[in-house]
Amino acid sequence: DADVELTTTSTSSSVTPQPAVSMQPPSLEQLSPHWSQLEDDEAKDRFDVDVSVTNPEKVGDGMNAYMAYKVSTRTSLTMFRCKTFSVRRRFSDFLGLYEKLSVKQSLHGCIIPLPPEKSVVGMTKVKVGTDDPSSVEFVERRRAALERYLQRIVSHPSLLQDPDVREFLERDDLPRAVNTQTLSGAGFLKMINKASDAVNKMTLKMNESDTWFDDKFQEVESEEQQLRKLHAVVDSLVTHRKELCGNTAVFAKSMAMLGNSEDNTALSRALSQLAEVEDKMEQLHQEQAASDFFIFAELLADYVRLLGAVRGCFDQRMRAWQRWQEAQSTLQKKREAEAKLLWANKPEKLQQAKEEITEVIKLPKMVVNVVKLVKIIMKSGEKRLKVTIKCPHM
Amino acid sequence: INVNKFRSVSVDLNNDASLLIDIPDALCERDKVKFTVHTKTTLSAFQKPEFSVPRQHEDFIWLHDTLVETEDYAGLIIPPAPPKPDFESPREKMHKLGEGEATMTKEEYTKMKQELEAEYLAVFKKTVQVHEVFLQRLSSHPNLSKDRNFQIFLEYDQDLSVRRKNVKEMFGGFFKIVAKSADEVLISGTKEVDEFFEQEKTFLLDYYSKIKDSTIKAEKMTRSHKNIADDYIHISATLNSLSVDDSTKVEGRVASDQELKLTELLRYYMRDIQAAKDLLYRRARALADYENSNKALDKARLKSKDIPQAEEHQQQCLQKFDKLSDSGKKELTIFKGRRVVAFRKNLVEMAELEIKHAKVRNISKTSEGQVE
Repeated sequence: DADVELTTTSTSSSVTPQPAVSMQPPSLEQLSPHWSQLEDDEAKDRFDVDVSVTNPEKVGDGMNAYMAYKVSTRTSLTMFRCKTFSVRRRFSDFLGLYEKLSVKQSLHGCIIPLPPEKSVVGMTKVKVGTDDPSSVEFVERRRAALERYLQRIVSHPSLLQDPDVREFLERDDLPRAVNTQTLSGAGFLKMINKASDAVNKMTLKMNESDTWFDDKFQEVESEEQQLRKLHAVVDSLVTHRKELCGNTAVFAKSMAMLGNSEDNTALSRALSQLAEVEDKMEQLHQEQAASDFFIFAELLADYVRLLGAVRGCFDQRMRAWQRWQEAQSTLQKKREAEAKLLWANKPEKLQQAKEEITEVIKLPKMVVNVVKLVKIIMKSGEKRLKVTIKCPHM
Repeated sequence: INVNKFRSVSVDLNNDASLLIDIPDALCERDKVKFTVHTKTTLSAFQKPEFSVPRQHEDFIWLHDTLVETEDYAGLIIPPAPPKPDFESPREKMHKLGEGEATMTKEEYTKMKQELEAEYLAVFKKTVQVHEVFLQRLSSHPNLSKDRNFQIFLEYDQDLSVRRKNVKEMFGGFFKIVAKSADEVLISGTKEVDEFFEQEKTFLLDYYSKIKDSTIKAEKMTRSHKNIADDYIHISATLNSLSVDDSTKVEGRVASDQELKLTELLRYYMRDIQAAKDLLYRRARALADYENSNKALDKARLKSKDIPQAEEHQQQCLQKFDKLSDSGKKELTIFKGRRVVAFRKNLVEMAELEIKHAKVRNISKTSEGQVE
């Protein structure tokens, strides 16, 4: 009777098929010196790059018209060619940047900031050229959102290193981004939700031995809920304040008329002055409503979407784990096939099987590394999110 | 409920020690409000120097309508009747709050409930005040204070419902409303000989429409303010931070102070001006009667029939008209002065309150900045 000897490849221990997963959080130095640099930078909290989006200008006419924004950068970093520079960019350029980044970075568990959403209605109004206040407001909202988007990107240390980001900021002539349909914020959220559903339907549920992820997930979910609720209430506040503006203006006029009718001169003057004060109040209310909206409400909407992106990270991790499991079962099958071949004594096929196994084994190791990276990046990303979620002054 | 301190829209009332009236107490049972009317008097017309009786809103309406229907008072401005106590708005809100209780945090729910209770209390205070002012205007009027029905209202310690409107009288009221709209046409159509009345008429008609408009707009404005205050409660509950709390109280209180001062002032004078207009209507009607009686007399002279009756009728009409004109003039002049004084008092008080709230807000803002 022959003794069956299964080959084992050089790197042995980490690849034995095991149902349970136990991941030790690696120490930072083990993975890469780059990550400890990350943590140090966080601590110093430097802002070496300052980006602003200004001067929205309409280019072209009719349905082919678009808004071009001026993107200005001020930096002290040496990786850029100059200290201050600016370029013209249009909305699809921003979306194109997002597409490039998400393909590259999301596999690493990076939380990519989301660009503002596409809006057919808003843009059509702008294209048609009506100068009414709602389209002015739309452009302003978009400009502010684009600025916040870029600022988040440049304050993310690893994204800043990305050549695509640099190209976006520096290059005068950017090739037009195509296929940005699926990449509006709403589209992205849909993708995330679909992925979440897929994860939920997974039959192989991951045994979460690292409770950090579990806790964080709960935190993220509840925070997202709270922010959504807050956003809804702030929206209602903005609406009511706009109503108050209207009502105050109308009341001021009515008071002025009453003052005119009044035959007692002193009282008439007092009433007219009251009317003027109410008019001023209306202006103040308008300003307050605008700041409520642009500062508070939009920011909240951003964070709701960001948290959606964070959830996307979690899902990436799940998927990575799933791939790992699949890779492991594939490996096992290949091993069994190898054993059979050994038994059947077919040397050529055996060699082929050995090569296949070598390939397959590489996959799980990569996935394990990915999963560990996810944790690091999420930890640092979360720190940054927390810092900026502090409430704005009212 | 102790409703001692509140601001009245009219001034200079209840100064005459011979007849002092107030409503120190009131009970709210479901829909009905029971007022305790308290009188202190040195007049011999009353049986006791000090007494209290329970009264309901309908009793006040009865008193008002009786006075309006009294011929002798046609030349006087009858103080406007107090409006019916209206708890509909806070009650509806309370209902909605109860339904939505599950969706709110405990803190949020408590705060909203507090706001609603404050609103309830505000409505309650308002209605007591408005009923009290009605009685005090009667007591400070030289003619009306002596009215027998008024005295019964103050004194009669049994239930007044026997004397209240029965069905027939209610229908009479309906016809009165119809007649009133005819009066509007009459009053604007009649040629006015007396310049004083001509001026007053133009002024009052114009002012009435303006003040009515202002009242409606002021109400809308205060409602928007209240909505914002409610929003602040929700925001503060969600954010759970101290600085926003203060904001809630300030917005809410600004809204209710505006409501009490400005809106109430406008509302009250809208009603008062309506009462003044009623006086003008009555006078216009008297004038029309007089003119008709003249025509009747001419006809009688032509036919040589019933001349003495026609002459007497004409004399009566003339007397009535003159009497109305005389007392009307006096009333309207007093009314003008009273209105201006009341406006000034309320506007000043409102301005002071707004300044006070603005200061509080500034202080809380700067302290919040320091904490940060």
